[in-house]
Amino acid sequence: METPSEAIVIRDLWKIYSRKKDLRISSSDVENEERVEELDKGEDAVVAMKNVSLSVNRGETFIIMGLSGSGKSTLIRCLIRLVEPTSGEIIVNGENVTMMHKRELVDFRREKIAMVFQHYGLLPHRTVLDNVCFGLKLRGEEKEARRAKGVEALEQVGLKGWEKYYPASLSGGMRQRVGIARALVMDASILLMDEPFSGLDPLIRRELQDEMIRLQKEMHKTIFFVTHDLSEALRMGDRMAIMKKGEIVQVGSPDEVIASPADEYVAKFVQDERDQVQRAEQVLAREHTRKEAEAHVS
Amino acid sequence: MFPESFQVHVAPAVNRFINDLIAAYAPVFDSISAGILSFLLTVSEILVFIPWWGYILAVGLLSWYSSKKFVASIVLAALPFLIGMFGLWAMALESLSIIITAVLMALIIGLPVGVLMAEVRIIATILRPILDGMQTMPSFVYLIPAMMLFGLGRVPAVLATLIYALPPVIRLTALGLNQVPKPVEEAALAYGATRWQLIKEVRLPLAMPSILAGVNQTTMMALAMVVISSMIGARGLGQEVLLSINRIDIGRGFEAGISVVFLAIVIDRLTQNMAKRWEPPKR
Ligand SMILES: Nc1ncnc2c1ncn2[C@@H]1O[C@H](COP(=O)(O)OP(=O)(O)OP(=O)(O)O)[C@@H](O)[C@H]1O
Ligand SMILES: [Mg+2]
Repeated sequence: METPSEAIVIRDLWKIYSRKKDLRISSSDVENEERVEELDKGEDAVVAMKNVSLSVNRGETFIIMGLSGSGKSTLIRCLIRLVEPTSGEIIVNGENVTMMHKRELVDFRREKIAMVFQHYGLLPHRTVLDNVCFGLKLRGEEKEARRAKGVEALEQVGLKGWEKYYPASLSGGMRQRVGIARALVMDASILLMDEPFSGLDPLIRRELQDEMIRLQKEMHKTIFFVTHDLSEALRMGDRMAIMKKGEIVQVGSPDEVIASPADEYVAKFVQDERDQVQRAEQVLAREHTRKEAEAHVS
Repeated sequence: MFPESFQVHVAPAVNRFINDLIAAYAPVFDSISAGILSFLLTVSEILVFIPWWGYILAVGLLSWYSSKKFVASIVLAALPFLIGMFGLWAMALESLSIIITAVLMALIIGLPVGVLMAEVRIIATILRPILDGMQTMPSFVYLIPAMMLFGLGRVPAVLATLIYALPPVIRLTALGLNQVPKPVEEAALAYGATRWQLIKEVRLPLAMPSILAGVNQTTMMALAMVVISSMIGARGLGQEVLLSINRIDIGRGFEAGISVVFLAIVIDRLTQNMAKRWEPPKR
């Protein structure tokens, strides 16, 4: 058994996508370094995740960051096996996810974990409330009970009164609130979020980040959060991992990563943020001297 | 001229094969035939039981309910009245009963097959060329096997119509199921949907507009076929057309022909409006 302080443990996780029908890739391919290189170079397969090991503590918000195509979505989908890992081990709450049979996996997805998607994934033919209750319905809960929970969750994300609308009549930000409510209502201890705010404009994004931070203060869930936006990572994350071409290049607290980037790739990511901080400091300093000067004059 | 000595006929062999087939499986064909006939008679009884104004009312109300267009509904309701004015009411009901029977059977067979086609790759690979073939074949070719196995009359007409009208339901059901947006499907799986739940809660409802488009096509094709199947002795509007061709009675042919068109318009409008109602709300 795992030590209970770790909600998610990932060991030596690999994912190689096959792009050809008859090309089957198994864990034995991963063990052979030359074979991996060959696949990586060729057109027939994509090595999306290489040898990823991580552990996420209970109650923390863990950020995965990386450029487009670095394998973030692959990693987060592997956690509930929406993507089948090629090899490696995933342990969630002490349960070995990689070993689960179909039925166990369905139960695991229904009970232990909830996910929020970049493209919302709402059902267009169901009302907002039915969308929120969807997971509970799959789980087989009674209609009255799940409606009550759904209404409560909608209130939590600030969508009271929108129960009877359809997703098409909602703005992007509101749709994602529905997505979040759908995850919260499951009452799972682990929340997976794959770039949940990337498609939203900056003001709404900020609003939803604040909302998540506020909710997290009450909920203390374990949040596994994928983003490619460093400022988002800094606001939300307790710890973060940076991915590059399928590999983890650095793990640490946001401060650590900014202060001492592990390599050039990370440094480039961080550079922007540093520039901004610098500029903000300059502006503040200028403002300060201007104010002082004004005070002198008067 | 093509030399006569080169002629080779397969006709006797085919005839013998069919005769043997019928002899060997007579009970099977009989029971299929009896089943279809009793289905057809039930449908026909119900249709005859409804008074003529019931149809006018039903068409008008259904159209109003599904499209909310007043004038269009009135016009649509007037069409069956015109058929009655031509004195072709009974004929139209006869055709309608064959269409309804064939379409219901096409749905009963076609929907599950469409689901299987979308779900199982091998079935799709096998079925696709067969469906293509079925649709490119000239429609009256279907009359031959139907007639050979079931003789003349309404039963082979239903069967030929069924075979002809089946491909669009299967095809559009499979298409609709495969067109469900990936993120929606993924979200359902992430929340623990089983394969069956995914079909029932997500894919079928989202495929509904496409499926109903299939129903619409199927019905229209059934209507076309029902006219042609008058050649094997099915009564109805088609028979009227055929008779007036034989007697070179242009006026009578016109009345029958335009009645077929009216019937087609009514059925097409109603099924299309229904399909629209099933589309996910845009607001
Ligand atoms: N189903 C698939 N089949 C083949 N290749 C895939 C598949 N899914 C992803 N890939 C490839 O795997 C790599 C990693 O993709 P992934 O979606 O995990 O990246 P990401 O970090 O989430 O990127 P983004 O920021 O664009 O979402 C990419 O090169 C992508 O093209
Ligand atoms: Mg992604």
